[in-house]
Amino acid sequence: MAANGMIKIDQNLCKACELCINVCPDNAIKLSSSLNHKGYHPAEFVSERCKACALCAIVCPEIAIEVYRDR
Amino acid sequence: MKKVYTKPKSLKDAPFHYCPGCGHSIIHRLVAEVIDELGIRDKVIGIPPAGCAVLAYNYFDVDMCESAHGRGCAVGTGFKRAQPDKIIFTYQGDGDMAAIGTAETLHAANRGECITSIFVNNAVYGMTGGQMAPTTMLGQKTTTSPMGRRPDVEGYPLMITDIIATLKGAAFVARHSLATPAKILAAKRSIKKAFEVQMQGLGYSLVECLSPCPTNWKVTPVEAFKLLETRMEKEFPLGILKDVTKKAKG
Amino acid sequence: MTDKILMKGTNALGEAAVQAGCRCYFGYPITPQNELTEYMAKRMAEVGGVFVQGESETASINMVLGAAASGVRAMTSSSSPGISLKQEGISFIAADELPAVIVNIMRGGPGLGNIAPSQGDYFQATRGGGHGDYRTPVFAPASVQELYDITMHAFDVADIYRTPVIILGDGMLGQIMEPIVLNEKPKVKLPPKDYILDGAKGRPSRIIRSLILDTREMEAHNWKLKRKYDLMRKELPMWEEFMTDDAKLVVVAYGTAARIAKGAVKRSRKEGISVGLLRPITLWPFPEEAIKAVAKNARVFLVFEMNTGQMVDDVKLALEDNSRCVFYGRPGGEVPSPMEISRIIGRHWVQKEL
Repeated sequence: MAANGMIKIDQNLCKACELCINVCPDNAIKLSSSLNHKGYHPAEFVSERCKACALCAIVCPEIAIEVYRDR
Repeated sequence: MKKVYTKPKSLKDAPFHYCPGCGHSIIHRLVAEVIDELGIRDKVIGIPPAGCAVLAYNYFDVDMCESAHGRGCAVGTGFKRAQPDKIIFTYQGDGDMAAIGTAETLHAANRGECITSIFVNNAVYGMTGGQMAPTTMLGQKTTTSPMGRRPDVEGYPLMITDIIATLKGAAFVARHSLATPAKILAAKRSIKKAFEVQMQGLGYSLVECLSPCPTNWKVTPVEAFKLLETRMEKEFPLGILKDVTKKAKG
Repeated sequence: MTDKILMKGTNALGEAAVQAGCRCYFGYPITPQNELTEYMAKRMAEVGGVFVQGESETASINMVLGAAASGVRAMTSSSSPGISLKQEGISFIAADELPAVIVNIMRGGPGLGNIAPSQGDYFQATRGGGHGDYRTPVFAPASVQELYDITMHAFDVADIYRTPVIILGDGMLGQIMEPIVLNEKPKVKLPPKDYILDGAKGRPSRIIRSLILDTREMEAHNWKLKRKYDLMRKELPMWEEFMTDDAKLVVVAYGTAARIAKGAVKRSRKEGISVGLLRPITLWPFPEEAIKAVAKNARVFLVFEMNTGQMVDDVKLALEDNSRCVFYGRPGGEVPSPMEISRIIGRHWVQKEL
């Protein structure tokens, strides 16, 4: 069974560049409908299919994503 | 749940001012991760350029000395020669390194100055609003090459990294791209190698990173990252152009 | 050490730098100051210092900035055209408040000019040749002994005020040889270098920069620099007076021009003309008070420069009534004889019935 993982996105840092969405193999991220204080629709972690591969965090220009994995 | 990925310690908590999808902050993170991993935060002196990354000292939690546009490798030379135990990196854009700073860059490399240059190539002048850079590609429209760069008028993209790789004073020269997570990690490996080459006193080290500039390329961040592969990497082939630590193959 | 040693101007300047603890020299060949660069190449190696021949004067001044930011005493030298190339760097060093010594062995100009002695860079040096509101102390030695003593003083001034300091010589002064005494370096209390970069070990990271986007902050920085320059105006002026006590006519000249003028003054005194010489040693801050003091007695000031008239402006500024100020200049590398200057003195003496 693949490692189970989770990510935390700091919605205030996100500038909705969508790079994480574009690179996530499990489509676990999408833009939220709400706005952050800079007026962007920040990325939002939406599903449990995350394998904590951290590709999203690697491409995130704002270092807004922290990745968690449990053995 | 164990945290497996977080911000490197050598970066301050300041949010980045860069545009959405900009490559600068990714490269900042790679350099900071390398500084953390090598445990050299209290020996590193960073030299930011004039350009979008001039504010790098708001982000790097290391001692930083600003240089005039293009003079990073000269400031780095003076600093390194005066304090050889310090680890110096210049952080320069394509205008800083390959236009106004060409002489300072080539001669620092040629003298084998033990400093590391992080060269961010996004083929435009970002901070000043998208003008043509020495690395602007043929046909690429910018605010100062509105008809697209023409070889007979604006000349050709300047392959400064390849030129530096021919200099005997250069010990490690590599060109990377931020196009995919795998390529980003490969860039980080070379940045670490470049710092190690400096710390071993082997000579000048340079890592060029092809980096997106969505705002001035007038595309979305995702499209910009694709253009890195479909356009930039064709013009600027990736790879380790020189590595004195590798025995000559075959 | 009181015994004298015969030394060339440029070498004396270089030796003084070494004695002052300068351990980083960055330069680029240009006549008429090559001997200084060559001297430093040899001496820095002997004392375990750093010598780099940069690829340009622009690169060299930025190497000085880097070394100064790391806390060491650093120097560069060049001649007129090369000093023009360093102006951006000097402005940055002034804005960053870093200590540095910059030597200009002036030559004929403008443009490529020639390699003969001249004083055409007075404005560039004293008005801040680069961009922005800044000044730099400017010293004008007139002998090989002064090249030695003033260079040592310049390094202390640079550290005390955290500023770039300019030494203004000329092609003749650099080439002549004179016996000098290698005086001990004066003991001066220097401020701690708590602003340098040495790696953020056990302290927050430190930044040396001059980009200040917030205009209120930039204005505050400008006024801070201004207060520093006002302090220099009070504490730094240096000059020499020769036979000015009873002088009705006073020649004002510096450097090589002053040596010529002194010969002329002696010659004119023999002809019964009460003339004296006031020789500024700091060109910035300009010794205004000295001019004002001498002006109580002297009725005419003859400013003699090896250019078409630059310091004459500062003399006029110092005098309430600048109609008493006349100018005589020989630009382009021409070096007049004392006799020529004494004739000029005689002419003004007669015409103004002094």
